[in-house]
Amino acid sequence: MGWIGESIESIKSLQIRQVLTQAVSLGMIVTSALIIWKALMCITGSESPVVVVLSGSMEPGFKRGDILFLHMSKEPIRAGEIVVFNVDGREIPIVHRVIKVHEREDTGEVDVLTKGDNNYGDDRLLYAQGQLWLQRHHIMGRAVGFLPYVGWVTIIMTEKPIIKYILIGALGLLVITSKD
Amino acid sequence: MCAIASVSDNLNSPSPSSEIQILNINWFQKQPHGNDEVSLTMNITADLQSLFTWNTKQVFVFVAAEYATPKNALNQVSLWDAIIPAKEYAKFNLHTSNKYRFIDQGHNLRGKEFNLTLHWHVMPKTGKMFADKIVMSGYRLPEEYR
Repeated sequence: MGWIGESIESIKSLQIRQVLTQAVSLGMIVTSALIIWKALMCITGSESPVVVVLSGSMEPGFKRGDILFLHMSKEPIRAGEIVVFNVDGREIPIVHRVIKVHEREDTGEVDVLTKGDNNYGDDRLLYAQGQLWLQRHHIMGRAVGFLPYVGWVTIIMTEKPIIKYILIGALGLLVITSKD
Repeated sequence: MCAIASVSDNLNSPSPSSEIQILNINWFQKQPHGNDEVSLTMNITADLQSLFTWNTKQVFVFVAAEYATPKNALNQVSLWDAIIPAKEYAKFNLHTSNKYRFIDQGHNLRGKEFNLTLHWHVMPKTGKMFADKIVMSGYRLPEEYR
């Protein structure tokens, strides 16, 4: 009787230990992902260092599903750069090229006009009502690098949530059933 | 692999060339609300073939008028742009009037000296983007509206 109880105890404690190890390793994965993201934020100085292109307005340069790496430096904004900006009243940031810049002599503030390479006209129609120029605070970063297709993963996941849940479920199952 | 492709772009040292002439000032006036606007016709010659490498998807090229005014330390106004999809199209000579409106913030354009700058942005198949420019100076707008 005694040794049976003992062995049951040992099995139980083993399982608890296993579960704990798995929980810890899962936590490690999540936190390291977070660490990488935050580190990227620090290095690039942009609040979202990586963006996925959602529209075709910069085709054929950037296609839907491409990933852009952003950088936000102190350097002034110049014509020709591809910037990511937010417009008041719009949730989704836009990635377009700067076509006009007017920089103040005294304050160094800039008035910027953008346009999508694939669009016919400039972006004044996209800006808030009556807004003629973008200012520095609208701009989240400038695109410095580019990786094709990878962004499709996120596009598919946001547009077809079921796939996301299946993926998360499968990953979860893998973690639970894996034995090392 | 993407990283290697991007790094290999650094081995290319391009030597592009360009020349721009202003053929005509089509019209030049002050808008009702006070900003100067000018319309002009240019002849643009450029050879950007050396920018293309095996990792180049396209080159975005544009011509900007650049000048300073008492209010603005720098004004950059894009006048014309194009996407060059392949090396075959990278050597060109064309006549064009300004594709985008040349409007000043204010009325400082009479007799104004300005630069025409040919900028290019090399967009890679993958990796880092490159940009550079050729500044051409010595252009001047007329002293009177017309």
